[in-house]
Amino acid sequence: MSIETTRTETTQIHNIGYRNYDGPRLGRAYARRSLFSQSLRGAYGLGRSAKSKVLPMILFAVMCVPAAIIVAVAVATKMKDLPLDYTRYAIFTQALIGLYLAAQAPQSVSRDLRFKTVPLYFSRPIERVDYVLAKFGAMAGALFILTASPLVILYIGSLLAKMDFADQSKGFGQGLVSVALLSLLFGGIGLVMAALTPRRGFGVAAVIATLVISYGAVTTLQGIAYGTDNIDAIKWMGLFSPITLIDGVQTAFLGATSSFPAGAGPSAGLGALYLLVVLALILGSYAVLMRRYRKVGL
Amino acid sequence: MYNPTVARLTYRALLGRRRALILFALPALLIVIASAVRAFNGVDDQVAADVLGGFALATMVPLIGVIAGTGAIGPEIDDGSIVYLLAKPVKRPTIIVTKLTVAIAVTMVFSAVPTFVAGMILNGNGQQVAVAYTVAALVASIAYSALFLLLGTVSRHAVVIGLVYALLWEALFGSLIAGARTLSVQQWALSVAEKVAGDGLVASDVGLPVAVALLAGVTVAATWYAGQKLRTLTLAGEE
Repeated sequence: MSIETTRTETTQIHNIGYRNYDGPRLGRAYARRSLFSQSLRGAYGLGRSAKSKVLPMILFAVMCVPAAIIVAVAVATKMKDLPLDYTRYAIFTQALIGLYLAAQAPQSVSRDLRFKTVPLYFSRPIERVDYVLAKFGAMAGALFILTASPLVILYIGSLLAKMDFADQSKGFGQGLVSVALLSLLFGGIGLVMAALTPRRGFGVAAVIATLVISYGAVTTLQGIAYGTDNIDAIKWMGLFSPITLIDGVQTAFLGATSSFPAGAGPSAGLGALYLLVVLALILGSYAVLMRRYRKVGL
Repeated sequence: MYNPTVARLTYRALLGRRRALILFALPALLIVIASAVRAFNGVDDQVAADVLGGFALATMVPLIGVIAGTGAIGPEIDDGSIVYLLAKPVKRPTIIVTKLTVAIAVTMVFSAVPTFVAGMILNGNGQQVAVAYTVAALVASIAYSALFLLLGTVSRHAVVIGLVYALLWEALFGSLIAGARTLSVQQWALSVAEKVAGDGLVASDVGLPVAVALLAGVTVAATWYAGQKLRTLTLAGEE
């Protein structure tokens, strides 16, 4: 150490007092955790300007208000069961979930691309897989908070109204599994679409177009199949849009009633295919993101 | 009131590279659906009207309107490169009118043409259904482009606000609350289509004179206000 010091002193013109950092290095896991928590907070505008808190907070409130109203009505009229299944809630509020995803997924990744901060991340001890996992996890986590909170409200309300504990817990558990799958699926799709473009506006449009167009196309076709008595075709068409995929999985395995026309949801056999497609889409979006960030920035 | 250079730059911003993919994907999907329905179902005027009304006019036209309308000016304001355009001796209303022209042209090409093709596939223009919905798509393109171009100059979250209007207001509230339908571009366009189509296939809640007046009024007012807005534009930094 002393040798080095003397050497730098002879080569330096001025010693302006810069010192090396010799404190503890927090390492890769810490950096990954920080990126995850920052992205998760950022998805609700925490730690950002007041303006960027407005939209996520409004959407969060709008998600929760119907649940609170349902609980209030159920308690006031002393119902034996909630008027809405836990598993149906996300299907009914899918437009809000889609909007939230469209607004927040580009916020999470597009700006890193546009302001070329991605190379700066990779100059830290994190690897590509850490960045992708942190962003994916944060987006799915933010969606899970958005979709699970109303379920928690429903559950607490149903317990306060002294409904059947075992029955409600089972429904609540099924609902949580379903929204967890939904969060992973939607988060993956949203991030893939958003990571394609550094422009936030186009990212928003791309995400919402994917969700709305696929859903619009599927429901239109299902409606026509129903109108022409092709009931068998209805359950196959559900494979082609994210929200109907979730609907199919929970109809087959999580005891939900399908919102397909004529309630013609898939049986357990076809449901396995639904589940397979959902898992393939989640893993596929992870793989696409890994590919996307193989060469980025500079 | 029309500047060819601004128009050329806007066309390139809208149709350049991957952005055009979204614009091509939507009409392609409509035509695929139309072919599938025709193959499944044969010719049926009511089904044709349902597909064109439910998918083409209710979903596709507003989405393309949002992408073209906000995309014509939003990204430039967003990344600040609009100052180079504003610094040139071109009148602000001229910039708006030029960009509006481009947005209308793009929306019309990508929404009305596929609507017409899909209509021909579905029932070969029986009872004028294809023509009626093409006219509706053309009319709606103008109003949507003007509205969403205005949004692009007003807010940095123009795309989100535009989508909220197109999806929540027109689709959700429009189907729940009858009053909301009076204030919907889609219904105004439908009332024009109603005049063209055979009886009973297209229904609108707004009378034709009111609809035409509202369409023209909204378009002119939105364009004028967007011009005003651009004259006093303040560039916001990144939040």
